[in-house]
Amino acid sequence: MTEGVNVVALVVFCLFFVAVTVMGFLAARWRRAANENSLDEWGLGGRSFGTWITWFLLGGDLYTAYTFVAVPAAIYAGGAAGFFAVPYTILVYPLIFTFLPRLWSVSHRHGYVTTSDFVRGRYGSKGLSLAVAITGILATMPYIALQLVGIQAVLDVMGVGGGENTHWFVKDLPLLIAFGVLAAYTYSSGLRAPALIAFVKDTLIYVVIAVAIIYIPIKLGGFDAVFEAASGKFETVNPVTEKPTGALVPAEPGQWTYATLALGSALALFMYPHSITATLSSKSREVIRRNTTILPLYSLMLGLLALLGFMAIAAGIKVANGQLAIPQLFENMFPSWFAGVAFAAIGIGALVPAAIMSIAAANLFTRNIYKDFLKPDATPEQETKVSKIVSLLVKVGALVFVLGMDKTVAINFQLLGGIWILQTFPALVGGLFTRWFHRWALIAGWAVGMIYGTYQAYQVSSPTQKHFGGSSAEMPLIGEIGYIGLTAVVLNVLVTVVLTFVLRAAKAPEGVDETSPSDYTADSGDPGVDPELPPVTAATH
Amino acid sequence: MTPVRVVIALCLFAPFVAMLWVGSYAKVEPAFIGIPFFYWYQMAWVLISTALTMVAYVLWRRDQRARAASRRSSTKDGGASS
Repeated sequence: MTEGVNVVALVVFCLFFVAVTVMGFLAARWRRAANENSLDEWGLGGRSFGTWITWFLLGGDLYTAYTFVAVPAAIYAGGAAGFFAVPYTILVYPLIFTFLPRLWSVSHRHGYVTTSDFVRGRYGSKGLSLAVAITGILATMPYIALQLVGIQAVLDVMGVGGGENTHWFVKDLPLLIAFGVLAAYTYSSGLRAPALIAFVKDTLIYVVIAVAIIYIPIKLGGFDAVFEAASGKFETVNPVTEKPTGALVPAEPGQWTYATLALGSALALFMYPHSITATLSSKSREVIRRNTTILPLYSLMLGLLALLGFMAIAAGIKVANGQLAIPQLFENMFPSWFAGVAFAAIGIGALVPAAIMSIAAANLFTRNIYKDFLKPDATPEQETKVSKIVSLLVKVGALVFVLGMDKTVAINFQLLGGIWILQTFPALVGGLFTRWFHRWALIAGWAVGMIYGTYQAYQVSSPTQKHFGGSSAEMPLIGEIGYIGLTAVVLNVLVTVVLTFVLRAAKAPEGVDETSPSDYTADSGDPGVDPELPPVTAATH
Repeated sequence: MTPVRVVIALCLFAPFVAMLWVGSYAKVEPAFIGIPFFYWYQMAWVLISTALTMVAYVLWRRDQRARAASRRSSTKDGGASS
């Protein structure tokens, strides 16, 4: 991949990168409110974003650079199984439509910034809130790391990633620069930076996909030829497993895996701190519902993008690391300048979610660890300060992850992260609709889900890895292969329900619920929601 | 549970049935401009589910307005006339 530097592509890439950097810093002045030192301003963009900004922000957030590299890469490697990303993103919107407006309302009424804030207020339990916060931070870190992996893939193909024998510092210098820039403007502009950059990112991505999906098949002789080449490749037998290397449609045994992965991932997606951060930054619950009707445009794009995996096969792309397949396809198929645009799209596509994720993780730390446990009397200024610094630390952590360890470690952890974050589902979504669950039962259920999920994932082996070889395992009772996260969350709910009965019978103290039923349906304009947010009151014990 | 809310629930639930029943679409034929059924069917469902969500959204808003109006008229003792 490193036979030379693609100068034209590199220049185009750098131009876009510089433009975006300037925007990132200028974003601090964009729609600035009077009280800029509060966490609402830095961490939620003043909770002021309307339908279109939210659309770009959530789109830029949920469909990350890693998605753009990994989904076609999975298709390239194994065919149909990788396409589950499409049903997964279809299912996520009815879920958001149903759940998140309630979370938005209660968060606005009580000034909650994170999901853990809500859990603490709802159940009066700092322990449960801490569990949710730690799960969120743990799940987000490897996700940020994978965004850097996405940038690395692009740099590699452009020829600036350096070969195996380059000095490590020179090899990683471009990534370090990209990272430093990202960290600096996130620090200074907060959530406004990714919101503004998301416009550029998504415009680029849409242009690139539109061109790629028309131009590349024409060059390859139409979709017929593309799928013929793909099915030819998938019929070849893998020498290690002695099974076909892939399939155009999932066979009977793979269908359970496909469906459970789609459902489990959809349930997990909006539990992630970064989706919640983007959602809470919108200015009304209407904005969220309206967005569920326009966000699927991204899913359509993702589906088209996934097809690029087949095109990479048809174009005869041979890469050892599947993640390079799509950047390499762009490099081979497009004129250099347009390849540069495409690489910029992926590169910037990594910056937006990485910024939002680090802000989300920082908010969790500040609100639910720093303020709840370390310094209960922190002022809004101090909260913002801590959040800014933690957003840097989180990114440094991700960088160490990517540079210090094998890439597969980040991927393994991201896989685990999905399983983990799903374990906060009963506390969060359950809490949005009912107060029936007991707080201690929820903690126990969470712990069981976390341990079971981690252990099961550890047990999965693949031809190349002894552990963490995948995210599916046999489901107890059903006996089919399914997504571990989903099995774990079912177990989690079972434990929670049984223990709630027990604890209620034993009259265990329930904790104070500071929310009231009308909080869950409040909209902007209602008393106590807009324009002024009430100060957050610590949960009473 | 009013009839409108039942329709909303069905609109939101339909994609789950369609997408999780993988056996119903795990086939190559009929292909569309060379794309196997499995792929174009799921992408078509992106559009179908979007349409369904839109219907749910419109119905939901109408339902909310009707509720708000009836709440207002009951608190103001029949004073709402719009």
